[in-house]
Amino acid sequence: MTFPEIAWVQLTPVIIMLGAAAIGVLVEAFAPRTSRRPIQMFLTFAALIAAFVMVVINAGTFEVIMDGAMAVDGPALFLQGSILLIGMVAALLISERTIDPSGDAFAARASAMPGSLDERQFTARGYFQTEVWPLFMFSVGGMLVFVAANDLLVMFVALEIMSLPLYLLAGMARRRRLLSQEAALKYFVLGAFSSAFFLFGTALLYGYSGTVSFTGIQAHITAQPQMLGLLLAGIAFLVVGLLFKVSAVPFHAWAPDVYQGSPTPITAFMAAAVKVAAFGAMLRVMYVALGGAVWDWRPVFWVIAALTFFVGSIIALAQTDIKRMLAYSSIAHAGFLLLGVASVSREALAATMFYLVTYGLATVGAFGLISLVRNESGEATSLDAWRGIGKKSPAVAGAFSLFLLSFAGIPLTAGFVGKFSIFASAAAAGSVWLVFLAVLASAIAAFFYVRVIVVMYFSEPTEKTADVVMPSWATTGAIVVGVAVTIALGVFPQPVLDLAMSANIFVH
Amino acid sequence: MNVYIPILTMAGLGGLFALFSISIAPITGPKRYNRAKVDAYECGIDPTPQPIGGGRFPVKYYLTAMMFIIFDIEIVFLYPWAVYFDTLALFGFLAVLLFIVNLTIPYVYEWRRGGLDWD
Amino acid sequence: MSTALMSLATSGDIPSDTVEPILTQITASDAGGIFEFMWLLLALPAFGAAVLFVAGRRSNAWGHLLGVLMAVIPAGLAIWLLVALMGRPEESRTITQHFWDWTFVGTFNAEFAIRLDPLSIVFVLLITIVGGLIHIYSVGYMAEDPGRRLFFAMLNLFLAAMLLLVLADNYLLLYLGWEGVGLASYLLVGFWQYKDVAAVAAKKAFVMNRIGDVGLSIAIMLMFVTFGSVTFGDVFAAAPEADSTTMTLIGLALLLAATGKSAQYPLQAWLLDAMEGPTPVSALIHAATMVTAGVYLIVRSNAIFDQAPVALNVVLAVGLVTMIAGAWIGCAQDELKKALAGSTMSQIGYMFVAAGLGPAGYVFAIFHLVMHGMFKADLFLGSGSVMHAMNEERNMRFYGALRGVMIVTWITFICGFLGISGLPPFDSAFSKDDIIAAATSQNWFAGAVTIFAAGLTATYMTRMMAMTFFGKARWHDDAHPHESPQTMLWPMIILSFGAIFGGLFAVGVIGDLNILEWLKPVTGYEEAALEVPHWSLEVITFVVVIIGIVLTWMQFGMRDVPQAAPQHVTVLTKAGREELYTNTWHEELLMRPGQHLTRWLVWFDNKGIDGAVRGIASGIMGIGTGLTRTQTGYSRRYALVMVGGFLLLVAVFFLAWWF
Repeated sequence: MTFPEIAWVQLTPVIIMLGAAAIGVLVEAFAPRTSRRPIQMFLTFAALIAAFVMVVINAGTFEVIMDGAMAVDGPALFLQGSILLIGMVAALLISERTIDPSGDAFAARASAMPGSLDERQFTARGYFQTEVWPLFMFSVGGMLVFVAANDLLVMFVALEIMSLPLYLLAGMARRRRLLSQEAALKYFVLGAFSSAFFLFGTALLYGYSGTVSFTGIQAHITAQPQMLGLLLAGIAFLVVGLLFKVSAVPFHAWAPDVYQGSPTPITAFMAAAVKVAAFGAMLRVMYVALGGAVWDWRPVFWVIAALTFFVGSIIALAQTDIKRMLAYSSIAHAGFLLLGVASVSREALAATMFYLVTYGLATVGAFGLISLVRNESGEATSLDAWRGIGKKSPAVAGAFSLFLLSFAGIPLTAGFVGKFSIFASAAAAGSVWLVFLAVLASAIAAFFYVRVIVVMYFSEPTEKTADVVMPSWATTGAIVVGVAVTIALGVFPQPVLDLAMSANIFVH
Repeated sequence: MNVYIPILTMAGLGGLFALFSISIAPITGPKRYNRAKVDAYECGIDPTPQPIGGGRFPVKYYLTAMMFIIFDIEIVFLYPWAVYFDTLALFGFLAVLLFIVNLTIPYVYEWRRGGLDWD
Repeated sequence: MSTALMSLATSGDIPSDTVEPILTQITASDAGGIFEFMWLLLALPAFGAAVLFVAGRRSNAWGHLLGVLMAVIPAGLAIWLLVALMGRPEESRTITQHFWDWTFVGTFNAEFAIRLDPLSIVFVLLITIVGGLIHIYSVGYMAEDPGRRLFFAMLNLFLAAMLLLVLADNYLLLYLGWEGVGLASYLLVGFWQYKDVAAVAAKKAFVMNRIGDVGLSIAIMLMFVTFGSVTFGDVFAAAPEADSTTMTLIGLALLLAATGKSAQYPLQAWLLDAMEGPTPVSALIHAATMVTAGVYLIVRSNAIFDQAPVALNVVLAVGLVTMIAGAWIGCAQDELKKALAGSTMSQIGYMFVAAGLGPAGYVFAIFHLVMHGMFKADLFLGSGSVMHAMNEERNMRFYGALRGVMIVTWITFICGFLGISGLPPFDSAFSKDDIIAAATSQNWFAGAVTIFAAGLTATYMTRMMAMTFFGKARWHDDAHPHESPQTMLWPMIILSFGAIFGGLFAVGVIGDLNILEWLKPVTGYEEAALEVPHWSLEVITFVVVIIGIVLTWMQFGMRDVPQAAPQHVTVLTKAGREELYTNTWHEELLMRPGQHLTRWLVWFDNKGIDGAVRGIASGIMGIGTGLTRTQTGYSRRYALVMVGGFLLLVAVFFLAWWF
């Protein structure tokens, strides 16, 4: 019997991340309470940076490793790098402790009942839930595997490693804990539900092709095009699991509730990194394993994409809560990204990856800004509380406007370049009419983004207007990164576009 | 298509059986309630402690159940490995060792953080 | 008359066949000299805007001065560039300056490069000179406004975006400028946000412009798909060989964009509301420059429209309709600025008519555009001066007899009046007569309509003059009209010189520049073959204009104007007051369904799906109803939505498979 060779070098980013997470668990077990946070922070940032360095060192690798279970190629490395970058910025937000007078964004003890005496005591004693860090690292580790998984079972395991910590993290908000716990439960139940779909799809595809490896499925599709029913049903189940993670309509219903309820740093991480990872995985499944059946699944993606960007944009118009609005906006963005998936071309792949990294970093920055606008009960996310913020804090309003303009795809921002690239590649792939619809939807979307800008700048502050808190260097850093990337990639997108273009081939 | 007929028959039979058992039990079963019957089922011994207000269980059970599942799953993996120990050779041994180490980490965490203390 | 004057002024005869100029593009560094500083045109106003936005309140004291400087220096630069450009041979007047490349996906490449050619320099001159004057005017006009610094920041932002629009070397960059002016216009219309009307007007302008912008995005996508490039040079070179259906589609998409930006039918309704903005904004953005961007877009894309006769005819039709509709509205509105806005629509309609005539008219569209920029800016600044004097009262029914108290304003307004009405030898007499002649040569009906519109123009202008400056004083009791400060008067005086002598200058009677000769290499020109003598049309137009003036004077100049608008008026007047009911049908046709759709979707997302799914669920699982009822809560509903979605997905899969 031959055994798979362990590709140690190619796996280092994953090993570092998950290993650090395991060490983090042991730190929780053995380190004294006061020293846990510094150790955990050191571990997290060291692991993120080390993993990123290893991704950079691995650049140019183009091979299938672990007996076909994982692929290390351009898209995998590009997306792993993006996830790690977004992870670093999100970790900065997680480490923030100055903006909430009573601690960080997380409950002192997530296990204490909301409103109970225990909870008050824990908060008064200044406890902190440092388990956040290992959970975060596990999730990042899962994402790194997710985008590189080259068979359906590995992909499923990665999906769960990525998601389970997130379900927990979503329920750990310090303020509005009931809302947060509700969000966590919803996310968990529905996430488990969608995982079941994914798993069933895997089973059906196995029944169709006799293998779970992408290469094997692809070979089977080209060799034997019969039993299409089983294949189609398998794809249908499989994509439900993936579409859920990217919050495509009609699998989007969880997103607004969960985004609103989760602690803002986690929302930022979820909105940005999960999207990157899930789209990365989706691209690989659809391009590599199911590329041969593209004409069977493409119409479905067209319908879902159109539904997603329209429903996302239109419902966002009616939102009065900034976090919910951004949730619907992220749904709309998922629709635009699905255009890239449905195009199946190397250009579309590069465009989608570029869009993901710019959108991700801007999203983290935007949520970082949201965490600064507060009143006595915590973050003030209602649109009324943002009235006239521009007069109170021009810097915050300015940065937020920049992110909104980028989301809207106004030229000279990274969002424009991303959107344009995706639309252009979709048009080149022949779905011109869908691009028309997408342009229309983004025109609708621009309206609610600009409405927020108007509320911030052109209204007088009222007594409801919230205060803007000065953050520490950590949140400031995250926001500055977002602003810098949004402007830099809007004006000079070339280096990153070139990088994405050079990394746009999947290994088979 | 005909290869699926046995499967469909099986599925149909399964569904019918489930429906049958659920619907027939309330009709035919005797309805005699006593304290022991409405109590939570705990392998025949007296439930400890009594759920307050009926319906809520202490979280301690949850932790114990989790421990059980962790080691239960370990066994699920260890059995096939044990059966094919010779074929899998050193590679299999190292893999299982790694698996057990990984399982030990959360165990250690639970133990250190007091998850095993009953009171 | 004007053609006669032109041939008088130029040494040679104008060749009657199509001119196919062989143009070479010269890079700025090859051209050397002042051309290497072309980028300053964009950079200076952008710099001004950035400084004023960033410095915030600290710059309140000197902000307006910086703003003026950042508008006036580019104006000087533009004149210098014009002189330099005139010194170059005709075929090498296209100067490009390249900054960097954007390579998007695949082979698609857009350059960040600007292009100065005879067409764009005309716009640059108009934008910077009129813009500079309006900056100066605003110093006085906004003197008491606490937000003056912010106002100048936005004006500078607008200038930068507008200059980018006309200097862009490719459609993508043009789109950037296009969006930029839209944003600046939105911000400036809503500058007085505390007024609800202003906020609503800004929103309306934004929405309607977005509809137009969709057209531009689509046109760019189509160009990319068809030509693989969006650079002017590549597109225009490839256009003659392209398929005419595609060209028609691109042409129509461009036209949609142009109608949105230039307030043409059916996207015109925002312009009247946009008059809620400060008057300098109305003068600069909603009269002289931004609203004419649609004309620029069409004329710039002449290579595309030449291949799309259908699209050209639609342009002509849109122009004709708007020309009459705008004039009609202008005749009936009682607010001075709204009447002027109607006039703007109408005059831009003229430009669309000219552009819709194809190579015979492109030049005249631009010619009229420049003339219009001058006299309309003059008129708007005059109206601002009047309103300034009358405590911001906008209704002409409360003016009257102002000629006595505001002599300078009155005289400059008369100059604007002469400029617009088409009496020789002032601005419109040249540009409008050319359009009328060109239109008549192609289509008798179009010619007749343009002549009729000239009469309407004279009518509403005379009405405005009479109601504002003549007759009896119908002022409010607390109104103490006074002449405006010097900073406001001088720009008006300078612009009224433009309104009087602009036409003579442009055809070469004064100076040695001839706009036809100047633009021909870029836009192409085919002289229209006229069946009647040119002078006969001029005489007819002149007579119609005089009739318009006289009849209106008898109605408004010789009788008293009541303060309350008469209610027993003809259907025509009523329709004009109601802006031809476009708002109503926009509301019924577009806004209401949009609102309903949004509400319905939100409702559906919150409740509807639950109900529908519950209905289906209880229908299918009759036995399970009890179970469904015991399980309340959102997650279950979401899960059911997912199941519904999954079923939809499977349905689409299998439908796609079978068909």
